[in-house]
This record gives sequence, structure tokens and C-alpha cells, in this order.
Amino acid sequence: MGKTVAEKIFDAHSVDNPHDDIHVIKLDAVFCHEITTPVAVNDLVSRGKDRVFDPDKIKAVIDHVTPAKDSKTALQGKIIRDWAKRNEIKDFFDIGRNGVCHALFPEKGFVRPGYTIIMGDSHTCTHGAFGAFAAGVGTTDLEVGILKGVCAFHYPKTIKIKITGTLPQGVYAKDMILSIIGQLGVNGATNKVIEFAGPVVEQMRMEARMTLCNMAIEAGGTCGICYPDMNTVDYLWPFISDEFESKPAALTAFKEFCPDLDAEYDDVITIAAGGLSPQVTYGYKPDTVKPVSEMAGTPVDQVYIGSCTNGRIEDLRVAVEVLKGEKISDAVRGIVSPATPAIFNKALEEGIIKIFMDAGFCVTNPTCGACLGMSNGVIAEGEVCASTTNRNFFGRMGKGGMVHLMSPATAAATAIAGYITNSKLYKA
Amino acid sequence: MKNFNGQVLFLDRADINTDEIIPARYLTEITKEALKPNLLEDLKFEGFDPEKDISGKNVVITRSNFGCGSSREHAPWAFEVNGINLVIAESYARIFRQNMFNCGMMAVELPAEVIDRLFAEFSDKQTTIKTDFENSRFIVKADGKESEILFSISGFDRALVEAGGWVDFADKNY
Repeated sequence: MGKTVAEKIFDAHSVDNPHDDIHVIKLDAVFCHEITTPVAVNDLVSRGKDRVFDPDKIKAVIDHVTPAKDSKTALQGKIIRDWAKRNEIKDFFDIGRNGVCHALFPEKGFVRPGYTIIMGDSHTCTHGAFGAFAAGVGTTDLEVGILKGVCAFHYPKTIKIKITGTLPQGVYAKDMILSIIGQLGVNGATNKVIEFAGPVVEQMRMEARMTLCNMAIEAGGTCGICYPDMNTVDYLWPFISDEFESKPAALTAFKEFCPDLDAEYDDVITIAAGGLSPQVTYGYKPDTVKPVSEMAGTPVDQVYIGSCTNGRIEDLRVAVEVLKGEKISDAVRGIVSPATPAIFNKALEEGIIKIFMDAGFCVTNPTCGACLGMSNGVIAEGEVCASTTNRNFFGRMGKGGMVHLMSPATAAATAIAGYITNSKLYKA
Repeated sequence: MKNFNGQVLFLDRADINTDEIIPARYLTEITKEALKPNLLEDLKFEGFDPEKDISGKNVVITRSNFGCGSSREHAPWAFEVNGINLVIAESYARIFRQNMFNCGMMAVELPAEVIDRLFAEFSDKQTTIKTDFENSRFIVKADGKESEILFSISGFDRALVEAGGWVDFADKNY
């Protein structure tokens, strides 16, 4: 019987099978941020085990609240900073070099096809875009990962989603994944990996694939996975050119982490992209999804463009295609957070930041803050935010606030109008 | 092992997420104890008042996909520091469920019809649960009425509960 991507990765990493279908797998990377790591660090210290399994395989960043907003967040930063220093973790990204973890770590070349990765962050599933098994875990799993370099999982079951056809103009990976979550439901993929395949995914650049995989967790999925191909090789080439004599050689090696033709899936779903229109959420769960046209006219107080879902350069480019020469509505506060310093710099070079500012947007430093209502754009009770982020839970971006999830194009158009509307890039 | 006995809090809604269990604004805390006053603070539905309903409870019985959303282990911790070490539900989000057992707590799944029956027979009464861990059964009691419910958890989950959590288990074995 053939194997899925996740099965191949598990079989290559399994170190123990303590019970039933539980596999303890060795980890190629453990990612850490300042919200979920400090409690693990303090526990390791209190156990007299303040050490790490391999300082080169641990990558750490301060990204959720940065710059620190108060004494508590300053202390969280201090704990992870001091820990990284005394454990000689050289890939630690502090203020000035820090960005949203799931945008920063791929950009630094820390992910490879076939890797196993955990992080104390549910959107770790993003890294599956590279053909890796990457899963969000809690602080205890993270702590064991830091100390021992292993994590326990059920042997993976996989749903394959084949996306056929071509995305219409003005329709993006974000619209696709919102539509998929709407179909699967918020627990449609619980305890399962989702493989995204088909011509639409093959045509996507890595940024769009990361958007797709990023929201696998919103359907309950453990990880979203795309198959490594030449796009993957091109993206990683600056980091792997010493390891492979040519790009085709790298591709051949990475193809090992494509599924077998006779792999067995829990379910195979085929979705035609051709008829898809821009999508938006209307409720307090990410599976409450409708076409933007059906929500058109809904007023918003704030528009947020950023996050590990849609804060990458491609997202900002699309937003300014809509914003160029326009002003945002007086009724709206616009906030954009380029997800990493490199993205910020690129956006400066390309004149993107100027277009945002001319349109009336506030440009913040790279941070996760607003997405989960921690800093840099928290909304007030009763307010509504149009957002390119990934969760619309009640109060997610601020106590008592409402969030509508959408693509950067729709968010930019909504900022100009002051209410939810399709962008001019979409021709119905 | 932790305490898995006591009074039941019934939460009659599916898809209760981690932001509702403990909102992100409290993730700036670095001790579990600090989360105590804020458990379920953002959970809003008719018939539930976090200020009155949590005190004195030790067990939660709820519906499907409990704990969906974020990976924050602050969710199990917020229960733990309020004396709640056992959640019984129709199903869970993966990370929340694993976090519970990783902390030596229990997230037990029961079939929908059993959950339905527990809600129908007990949710309007002062209900207590006694857990017989060894024989995998709960004794549910209210107003002199008693019901025995069998449950099953995997050998791995059982080992984590006995070890007091994943750190101790992993430290011994890997």
C-alpha cells in the first residue's frame, strides 16, 4: 500500500510506538515564541533541566506583543531572550529583526520538505506548504520538544483536497481556504492532515500555499500539506544551493516527500476553482462563510491587513493594486502590519508603504498583536473589523468585537468603501 | 493522580473555543494561578454566567469539538487552577485534548447519545461525578438518582494520567 506525505514523514522519523497508533517522532525543528514558551522555560528551570536538545534546531522569536506594551509582556520577552542566550540559540529574533513567526521562519529558510516541526502555536500548520509535517502543540509538548527533540502524535490520517481549474481573476488562496473551511466545517478535519493538490495549488507561489495551509487548523486539521515542486525549490534555493548541485537535483530529492500514487486517504474531495467568488465570514466561527456579494454593505470600523495568513509581500501588492490613488473612508481605521522586516523593506522599495500611507492607513511594525486582540489594533466592544487574519471568534480582536475574515483585496476595497464590498480586481 | 471527582458544570453548546475558555488578553500571564479569575469569561450563551456558575465545580460536561482554535495550554491550566481536571464531551479539538492529557488531566469522549442523556437527566440538577479510573467508569449522581457510565481512553492517555503528564512520561522514557 502506498503512503501519504505525512505517513512517509512519520515513517522516516518514528523513534517509538508506545501504545496503539501513537508514534513518538524526532523533530527537525522546534519553533518558539514569547507567549507559549516562558511557562515551559520556567518549568524546565524548576525541574533543574534548563537545557535544549539541540540549539541549532530551536528557532525563537518575539512576535505576539512587540515592542512590549507593559511590564508583563516585557517580562515574557525577557524570559525567552535570556533563555535563548544562555542556551546558545543563535536563531533568536528580537526586536528590529523580528516578525510574525509563520512568515519569518520560512523566509529564513528554516523549513524543508520532509521536516517535522512543532511550535506552541496553532498556525504552525502553515509550514506544511513546503511539504513538511508541522503541527501546533501546547506548552507541555513544546517543553518536551525543547528538552528531548521528540513529540507524540497519532499516526496521521489524511484528507486530500484536489483543487481543479483556475482561480478567477480577483479571487485568491484566502477565498479558496475560506470556502473549503465552509464546506468542511470547524471540525471537518480534526485529527487529520489535509493535502492540498491539483492544478490550482501547483500554480500557486509559496506565499499563497502558506495562506492555504495556514488555515487548515480552522477546519481542525493537524497540518496542511502541499507537494514540493519547482516553486518550493526556487523559494528555498538561497538556503540549499550548497547542498545540491542543481535545482533539478534538489527537486528529485524533495519529490521523495510527494505521496505515492496508491496512497490511501480518509477522504478525497475535488473542488472546482472556476466558479469561486471572493469569500467572507459572517459569524463567530471560521466556517460561517458567504460570498462577499451577500455581505456587501455591512459597515466596518476597522480594516486590518497583516498576520501569518495574509501579511506577506504578495498580499500587500494585491492590497495596493486596489488602494492606489484612493483614500480610505473617514468611517474606517486602516492598519497594515507587514509580517516581517524583509517584507516591510521590500514594501518600502516597491512604493507599497507610501500607497498605504497616502490612502490613510497606519503602518505598524511586524507583529501578531491585532489578530488576537493583544496589541497594535485592538477593537472596542461592539466594533467590527474587516480582517485578513484567520479567526473570527467572538472577541478575538478585542472583547465584545466582531471580525469578518477576508482576502487582502476585499479588505482594501472595504477600507475605501467603509463597508464590506468586492474589490475592483474581481469581475463578477 | 489528579482529582477527577466532584460537582458538574454543564456547558450546553458545541464548538466552545479556546478564546472563550481563556481570552488572549490574559496570555501575558506567566503563572497558571493568575488565570483563575478569567476562566470562560468570554463564553456567552443563555443559561451560563461565568461569575456564578464556575465556583465549586470540578467536572465539565459539554458538547462536540470542545477547545477548538488556539494551541494555548492556558485553557487546560485555567480549568486546573479552578479545580476542574476532567472534561467530558462528545469530541475535542486535537491540541486541546492532547494538552489536557499532557497535564495529567482528562478529556474523555462519550458518544453523542450518552452526552444527550446526561444533559437531559442531570443538567438541571446539582450533579456530582465520581471517577473509577481503574475500571473506566463514572458514577453520576443527583437527587438520589445514580447512573453508571463506562468510558474508554487509550493506553497512552492512561499512561499520561498515571505519570502526571507528558513531561514526566517523556523524561523517563526518552
